[in-house]
Amino acid sequence: MALVNLQNVTYKYPLTKTPALQNINLQIKEGEFVAVVGANGAGKSTLCYTLAGFAPHFFKGEMSGSIEVAGKESSKSTLDEWVLNVGLAFQNPFNQISGAKYTVFEEIAFGLENIGVPRDEMKDRVNDALALTGITDLADRSPYSLSGGQQQRVALTSILVMQPKLLVLDEPTSQMDPIGTREVFSVIRKMAEGGMTVVMVEHKMEWIAQFADRVIALKDGSILLEGKPGEVLTSDVLAENGFGISRYTSTAREAKKQGLWKKEKLPVTLDEAVEGFKK
Amino acid sequence: MKIEINDLRFTYPTGLEALQGISLTIEAGEQVAIVGQNGAGKTTLVRHFNGLLQPSSGSVLIGEWDTKKHSVAKLASRVGYVFQNPDEQLFSKDVGTEIRFGPRNLGYSKEKIDELVTRALSLTELSDKTDTNPYDLSPTWRKMAALASVIAMDTPIVIFDEPTTGQDAVNVARIANVIAELRKEGKTVITITHDIDFCAENFDRVIALSNGKILLDGSARDVLGQEEILAQTYVDPPQLTRLGKRLGLKETVRNQDEFLKALK
Repeated sequence: MALVNLQNVTYKYPLTKTPALQNINLQIKEGEFVAVVGANGAGKSTLCYTLAGFAPHFFKGEMSGSIEVAGKESSKSTLDEWVLNVGLAFQNPFNQISGAKYTVFEEIAFGLENIGVPRDEMKDRVNDALALTGITDLADRSPYSLSGGQQQRVALTSILVMQPKLLVLDEPTSQMDPIGTREVFSVIRKMAEGGMTVVMVEHKMEWIAQFADRVIALKDGSILLEGKPGEVLTSDVLAENGFGISRYTSTAREAKKQGLWKKEKLPVTLDEAVEGFKK
Repeated sequence: MKIEINDLRFTYPTGLEALQGISLTIEAGEQVAIVGQNGAGKTTLVRHFNGLLQPSSGSVLIGEWDTKKHSVAKLASRVGYVFQNPDEQLFSKDVGTEIRFGPRNLGYSKEKIDELVTRALSLTELSDKTDTNPYDLSPTWRKMAALASVIAMDTPIVIFDEPTTGQDAVNVARIANVIAELRKEGKTVITITHDIDFCAENFDRVIALSNGKILLDGSARDVLGQEEILAQTYVDPPQLTRLGKRLGLKETVRNQDEFLKALK
């Protein structure tokens, strides 16, 4: 059974004329890792807010269609019930950090405190989460003394610690260093293999191709393409619509015109590019 | 305008020594990218260039000015700084006012201010949004408004802290275009970035920082080819550089043109 089931979802923010999401139909299996790509303004963050219940519960506006996660219907739930199943890491970690806590450790415990997890279990879960994302050494620092990328890891960890059934990540690595980015993708992959369902907005095509099960390409609030990363990310439709594409793909596309790329299928990852360009 | 940094050290009040003896010179008109892992000290370093931070020891000279002897307000005439997060920077009721604020504070004539504002708006493609409240703009355009408000100050040195974060391909190209224009005008551009492909395609010189020290400093070609050393500061070489290496190409390639040429 699908953990996420969106049927004909259309959503309009208050005070705007055009819907941010238009007629979205989307089913996601338990343990699936889905990446969402698209230009700025395509509706990626709004899709995250919809899955996380912020739209319409927090933002208000007009929602139609049906949004089901883990057997619950969004329109029949309250936000505090909803967050027990769904966790969202914001695009800007600064907007997520509570401001109420002096250390990273306390910040990450904040969500658990709010749902009344016993103290000993809370400590264990926070320590495990810190180790998982590699920030144990930041535990005693103030969340505000951290660099952008470090703050982003804290924001991610504070959601992971809640062990949501559905993990929604809005550009979780945008401020991270390149190898740190790869590590985070690999942690998320592991969580998905452990049964957590993941929806992640990202621009980094190489890592999407390597780690995600499926890609959804959004344009003007609608799904333009969806399918396996290798197919969607090399599609000419994406290139023609101004989506970001991996340098391996764009360079192979140009090489093909010059007769330097012989294969039918274009590469997204380094290995695929090496394979195709090898003499 | 030259930047000279001598044995710069900086310790935060918490005791964290973020910069541990940085010495470097950046000549007028250079295009420099600063890369390195989160917490390496990149932002701490550039915040010394306009006096937002003062050295615990060592010195920072902007032209002949020692940053210890000049106020941030004064240094603002020489060094423009675009913050990582535009929300920390924008405060006016509309984009036009926001962009006028900087040059007006530098005391330029009205004609000069008009000219600078018009140019900044057109470079960032914001000309049709002057009456909009910056916080009603999408994050993409808010970033461009932050860029425009600094460019309009016409400083010889411009710093961008992670300009491409969260930007789509179209806007990254727009930002690359702004940097190319500033280069033509002879400005010094210093950019912190994690986007190594963007770095390879737009900068001549790359400085890699690690734990508050300079790990590598040289031409983009030399620095970005050093895979093992870059890994120490959590940086991967650009995609096409890695591909070239794997294919055994002799030259270090940085972009599509160089790659395809080397392949033939």
